[in-house]
Amino acid sequence: MSDGNRGPGFGRSEAAQGYLLVATPLAYALLLLAAPLGAILLFSFWSQDYLTIDTALTLKNYREALSDPLYRQLLLRSLLISAAVTTATVLAAFPIAYYVSFHVAPERKAMWIFLITIPFWTSYLIRVFLWKVILGYNGVFNTTLLGLGIIDEPLTFILYNANAVVITLAHAYAPFAILPIFVALEKIDRSLHEASQDLGEGYLSTFWRVTLPLAMPGVVAAVLIVFIPTIGDYVTPVLVGGPDGRMIANMIQTQFLRLNNAPMGAALAVLTMAMVTVVALVFVFLNRRYLRGRQ
Amino acid sequence: MKDTRTEARPIITLEAVEKYYGDYHALRGISAEIRQGEFFSLLGPSGCGKTTLLRTIAGFEDLSAGRLFIDGQDMAGVPANRRPTNMVFQSYAIFPHLSVAENVGFGLRRSGLSRAERAAKVEQALAMVGLAGFGGRAAHALSGGQRQRVALARALILEPKVLLLDEPLSALDKKMRDQMQVELRRLQRQVGITFILVTHDQEEALIMSDRIAVMFEGQIAQLDTPQMLYRRPVTRQVGEFIGVMNFLPARATVTDETHIEVDVSGLGRAVIGPDQLPGGWHPGQTQSVGIRPETMSILFPGETTDRRVATGTVEDLAYYGDMTYYEVRLDGGDRPMTISMKNLVGRPVLERGTEARVAWDARSLVLFA
Repeated sequence: MSDGNRGPGFGRSEAAQGYLLVATPLAYALLLLAAPLGAILLFSFWSQDYLTIDTALTLKNYREALSDPLYRQLLLRSLLISAAVTTATVLAAFPIAYYVSFHVAPERKAMWIFLITIPFWTSYLIRVFLWKVILGYNGVFNTTLLGLGIIDEPLTFILYNANAVVITLAHAYAPFAILPIFVALEKIDRSLHEASQDLGEGYLSTFWRVTLPLAMPGVVAAVLIVFIPTIGDYVTPVLVGGPDGRMIANMIQTQFLRLNNAPMGAALAVLTMAMVTVVALVFVFLNRRYLRGRQ
Repeated sequence: MKDTRTEARPIITLEAVEKYYGDYHALRGISAEIRQGEFFSLLGPSGCGKTTLLRTIAGFEDLSAGRLFIDGQDMAGVPANRRPTNMVFQSYAIFPHLSVAENVGFGLRRSGLSRAERAAKVEQALAMVGLAGFGGRAAHALSGGQRQRVALARALILEPKVLLLDEPLSALDKKMRDQMQVELRRLQRQVGITFILVTHDQEEALIMSDRIAVMFEGQIAQLDTPQMLYRRPVTRQVGEFIGVMNFLPARATVTDETHIEVDVSGLGRAVIGPDQLPGGWHPGQTQSVGIRPETMSILFPGETTDRRVATGTVEDLAYYGDMTYYEVRLDGGDRPMTISMKNLVGRPVLERGTEARVAWDARSLVLFA
């Protein structure tokens, strides 16, 4: 009897096996993703009544979050900072990925990628602290510029503000942006560049007409990978952001832990997630458009 | 057949072209002239340098030494995008993010034509390759044969002086390949552009080309018309690469000014004229001679001929329907040779072990340089 004729018994056990296989990740997803998300969503519709939580459903938190200039400013600033971080990271990552993909000998590419990931050997916190050392009032950057006589007094706009947050995060997320762009560039058939040159285009116009459009899926992936986590980052703003560099995540933390207003914190978290979702959807849509012509 | 293009001017001139990749010597002193309007093939096994030579002409590879002229202009330092050549890539290199029309019109951006003029030209080019009305399709929705046509239209739309084709038919199935061979030939006659085809398929080269350069190990072994290549290969290697050829041990002696006597193992002695000798031949060189399977025939019992006759035994045979290929060991020969016979009405297929009389001509003996 052939395997295909074993009948429904085999099919059932196969299905059972399938459920068994899926059970663990499913439980993981439910417990660690769905349950907390549901809880946050529920909390955001409750309200804090001094020490107790009023479980009557209300939109009060959302109304407050969207009308209070403090929250609105924080949400907007978070959006701007992560947009700046994303732009800076992707713009810096592209040339690096391009160089490794097009100008590094194939047998050395793996080593280059390995070198790019070296910063990850150190904890993120330590890397942030190192940026304090570099950007600080008496930091490496300022003392070097002073020593060279380029500036007369230390620059202060580079630490404890939004700029410092952007610089630190852009460095931290660089490999996350380099890798997807590198992969997208690697996938481009090299004969397409030759075909473009053969048809009369120079180096630069080949880049605009062939390389960049074909690398777009990688760029979009890089944008999403950098944008989504940075908008919710709270360690970096605390350490190098100063008062002007605070982001929405810091406020959410404050609401939960200091102000003892979990419902407000939950509402801010939901709003942030909604914002991320909107931006992500825009890019996913863009990616679809670029993927349209692919196999 | 007389070559009618002998007088045509050269469109490409190669002078002692050398190419090294590090220590690897890819092209070793290539000199050749490719004539305006001819269908020229670079034929050879993989690794012989034929693709390197094509890419050198296209401008994707620099010359290590030597000179390359296209239409009288030295191409030294001229990048691929400024050369009057266009290429059909082996992978076709169709831009996956563009439509068929955008692919075909890719090179027209700098043409100075208006949008409408460009669209008309694209449609015309598509019609020429039999893809009229396909302009709006996405490139990835095309079949292999259609992709190749798009690649052709994209290259021909720029009216290059030379069209370079890098094994364009190797990715197609047999039927499509046969069809494209005929179509490419027709297209080439129609547009009158010089085509240079790289191929490892000797049959394809013979069918399509006006002239063929056979390459081995970075050198041109022979540059000739298909008929001359087949009938008078100058080296044993060329004879072996193109079609089927038997090689028989032989010794040559010069009898007088105009005649050479060749003693061929198994066939016997024959006198040949100097027209059968390749350039630079001298008698001591000849260790073996070549003879094509179809130039010999096996005689029926009782059949008479005024040709030379040798005797042997049928050792094996392969029946192809229209033809039968016999492996015949000649009496006194050390190795069987292949003889092909048309399966004519009333001529039975011989069996293994049959005694056979083989008729042959001294004129079909090939001596090598």
